[in-house]
Amino acid sequence: MADMKDFRFSREHEWVRAEGKKAYIGISDYAQNALGDIVFVELPETGAKLSAGDVLGVVESVKAASDIYSPVSGTVIETNQELADAPEKINEAPYDSWIAVVELDDESELDELMDFDDYEKFCKEEA
Amino acid sequence: MSSREVKLIFEKSREGRRAYSLPECDVPRKDMADLIPEELLRQTPADLPEVSEVDAVRHFTALSRRNHGVDSGFYPLGSCTMKYNPKVNEDVARLSGFTRVHPYQPEDTVQGCLELMYKADRMLAEITGMERVSLQPAAGAHGELTGLMIIKAYHESRGQGKRNKIIVPDSAHGTNPASAAVAGFEVLEVKSNERGCVDVEALKALMSDEIAGLMLTNPNTLGLFEENITEIAEIVHNAGGLLYYDGANANAIVGISRPGDMGFDVVHLNLHKTFSTPHGGGGPGSGPVGVKKELVPFLPVPLIEYSDGRYYLDYDRPLSIGRVKSFYGNFNVVVKAYAYIMSQGHEGLKEVAQAAVLNANYLMKKLKEYYHLPYDRVCMHEFVLSGVKQKEKGVSTLDIAKRLLDFGYHPPTVYFPLIVKEALMIEPTETESKETLDEFIDAMIQIAREAETEPEKVKGAPHTTVVGRLDEVRAARMPVLRWTGHSK
Amino acid sequence: MSRYIPNTRHQQGEMLKELGMGSPEQLFESIPEEARLKKPLDLPKALSEPELVKHMQEIAGKNANLDEYTCFLGAGAYDHYIPSVVGHVLSRQEFYTSYTPYQPEISQGTLQAIFEYQTMICQLTGMDVANASMYDGATALTEAAVMACQAVKRNEVLVASSVHPESRTVLKTYSRFNGCDVKEIGYSDGRVDLEELESKISGRTAAVIVQNPNFFGIIENLSEIAALAHKYGALFIVSADPISLAVLKSPGEAGADIAVGEGQPLGNPLNFGGPYLGFFAAKKELLRRMPGRIAGETIDAEGRRGFVLTMQTREQHIRREKATSNICSNQALNALAATVYLTVMGKQGLKEVADLCLQKSHYAYEKLTATGKFQPVFSAPFFKEFVVRAKEPVSDLNRRLLGSKIIGGLEIEKFYPEIQNGWLVAVTEKRTREEIDQLAGKAVGV
Repeated sequence: MADMKDFRFSREHEWVRAEGKKAYIGISDYAQNALGDIVFVELPETGAKLSAGDVLGVVESVKAASDIYSPVSGTVIETNQELADAPEKINEAPYDSWIAVVELDDESELDELMDFDDYEKFCKEEA
Repeated sequence: MSSREVKLIFEKSREGRRAYSLPECDVPRKDMADLIPEELLRQTPADLPEVSEVDAVRHFTALSRRNHGVDSGFYPLGSCTMKYNPKVNEDVARLSGFTRVHPYQPEDTVQGCLELMYKADRMLAEITGMERVSLQPAAGAHGELTGLMIIKAYHESRGQGKRNKIIVPDSAHGTNPASAAVAGFEVLEVKSNERGCVDVEALKALMSDEIAGLMLTNPNTLGLFEENITEIAEIVHNAGGLLYYDGANANAIVGISRPGDMGFDVVHLNLHKTFSTPHGGGGPGSGPVGVKKELVPFLPVPLIEYSDGRYYLDYDRPLSIGRVKSFYGNFNVVVKAYAYIMSQGHEGLKEVAQAAVLNANYLMKKLKEYYHLPYDRVCMHEFVLSGVKQKEKGVSTLDIAKRLLDFGYHPPTVYFPLIVKEALMIEPTETESKETLDEFIDAMIQIAREAETEPEKVKGAPHTTVVGRLDEVRAARMPVLRWTGHSK
Repeated sequence: MSRYIPNTRHQQGEMLKELGMGSPEQLFESIPEEARLKKPLDLPKALSEPELVKHMQEIAGKNANLDEYTCFLGAGAYDHYIPSVVGHVLSRQEFYTSYTPYQPEISQGTLQAIFEYQTMICQLTGMDVANASMYDGATALTEAAVMACQAVKRNEVLVASSVHPESRTVLKTYSRFNGCDVKEIGYSDGRVDLEELESKISGRTAAVIVQNPNFFGIIENLSEIAALAHKYGALFIVSADPISLAVLKSPGEAGADIAVGEGQPLGNPLNFGGPYLGFFAAKKELLRRMPGRIAGETIDAEGRRGFVLTMQTREQHIRREKATSNICSNQALNALAATVYLTVMGKQGLKEVADLCLQKSHYAYEKLTATGKFQPVFSAPFFKEFVVRAKEPVSDLNRRLLGSKIIGGLEIEKFYPEIQNGWLVAVTEKRTREEIDQLAGKAVGV
């Protein structure tokens, strides 16, 4: 299990875990729960340049399709091909199942995101 | 229903078996190689099944027995108007004079087809309060797209090409925003108010010189008549926009009120709903589009005209958006709808709407004690219940729907409209008797009780169908979309 | 009371009383006064069933139908034989009175039939995946163009002018609104002009669209066009005649990315132009972008095989304005007709139909050209339809033939003014040698 101290969250339920300039992005446990069984993940193309708030990809359950928004700006340098064949990994281990790695343009953007405690509170309010 | 698995037709195939019968070639035969060069010929034959005629008939008969149709029983599927499909309409539509006619035959040889289409156009225009109707669109969604193209072409012709936004209520069918997007519009959503209707203030706030129009289903998807419709029309018209009427729910108002009189400029109808043509398991439908006078020049080509005792196809329409489909639409579906209108007359159509609305209100009154009714007022042809009470016991709307299968009913539309939680949208139509409704009410009450006392029974439903609940996650994760074996 | 309303006046009165209402008008009080109909609709008086039948027979009787006339007209809609079984299966109420199979447990019949249909379309076209059908061939072709633009993120579409004129018109109508930039490629000896294609294709091209056999009945060299399209990273879309696929190189074999076509020849009556069905198939890489319904195989809790509508997240009821297409139905009953037709004809029968079309159309071509009154227009190989040039306006010729109860070929000048006096003649397996001889005899005139 990942250490939640390393994670930052967006209001759209994406998480970011940064290793230097590299930011791993996925969707939260709350998000995977709300979606239900995930059947498909549309991954971005590597090399794609994104601004914070741009669509990074799509996660689909049987009856819903949900855009994933990049919480940070940067360039996609890697995507998680494992999810193409096994999208259920997101349900099983949301914090281990990163969708893409973005090379950050501006590390300070991370400061605008919520930490785990704040995010938990945020989810309670949403519910 | 038969519970034995029906093998795929391919699994029944045996090499050398045949069901067809063709005449001998009665012209001097040539070698195919002399007629077509080798490199243009197929290398691997298509692996179609080889079965006998009896095999084919038994196979499809067995499949049919695994289906529920309107003739099988009650089908209260909200927004789909699953009314009885009169048999005589099927008979007359099968006349050779309709089925065995080529679309490019000389006009003199198809005067009957053209007359029927011309009259259907005029009668549908009268029913909706429009000037003319194009019968070309093949389905409701196709009609929407056509109507939106007409709206865009109209604005462009007046130098108003900047009008690129269409407003759609949050209660709308998903098709509305999808059609608007395909027609090149940006979609704006307007909220519903606490009475389930368009929030007029919110609508006013959206008005600008970029608004092309508003798409509205009336009665809306909650089964409620938009009581402020004339004010809404005025707001949109004053801002230079047009009003589009989604005719999905027109069964509530035929002969009672006309979209044209409500202020709508463009209308589509679903002949497979209000006008009784069978749904065919998902099609063919027909989605004619009617327009007010100033929009007639933009209708698809050809329109059918009449002069000097002769019907003809009019292609000389320079402002037309063009064609949206080959030939003249789903003609044979129009034949059935025409027969239906002719068998109803103006009195009959009014009785249809009255009986449909009465049936819906009766059902609603009887069921609201047992299920939550979020908008408790007189409904039109359908109403929306919410399964929130049952959900508290762990029984979802999907479970209720599946349990209804055990009683031999097709369930209502579920989880739509999106603005109602655990929605159950019920449309009985006018072709059901009080006895049928009472039986259905009993079944719904029993299920409500079961949700309290034996929820597992509901959650495990259906118990009597040929298959149980199917694993949709598996179907989507590992798509198997065709048979991949090899025939014997 | 309307004859399809079971409740008696008395019952309706009881029901109104339950609602605390005295008259049906009270049900409509939410409709503002100004929007209510003030006078009865101006419609004809209701007809009883016998009157209705008579009335419909009278209208139908004003048409020349092909039970009485011999048809040499094709041009996208064909007079092929429909085996008796097809009509009988389609008359089963469980098929024709049901709705879209949203509740799979009571719709296995429709769903399995769609699955079988998808399989057959894949087999015929040589593609990996097929949808449950679309409105018709023209709209299927148009949706294919839209899908190609989205898939390769370009917006130019090159369409051969030898594609059915009405399909091109539909494509152009849609493109005015969806941002596709449609350009045409001309023909040379009745086939796609490869030099022109090569000069126009570029890195902006999303798709190249051809029809096979094309509108002139001529067989295109698909493999050459595929290679050219792929060289520029464009998708190759083929609109095919399904009957021809029994013998002609399939789109899949030729390297097409998307195969579409008008499915009417597969067991569907001419019906004055509709309803027909459009078939739509593609390579598996394009599956997620495919428009329309798709049925898939799965199992229930007890492991029993069953079928469901699947991959619905592509569709409008979920994606709303982001859907791949706004279509939310298919031509289910027409697709069922195609499935039953292909089952009855089978692997061997379809080949025989194709062969009979080929043999008889070539016999007709030779008969007509041998009279000396008809000139060949093209020399390229054809399948069941061909163009010849008459020595008189085709409208005159066709009018004369009508007198002998023959529906002649299409006056192709209507669509291609450059082919003056061009006559597009279709010969299906139903035409007999005697009928063809009679056509040639009467066409010569006096």
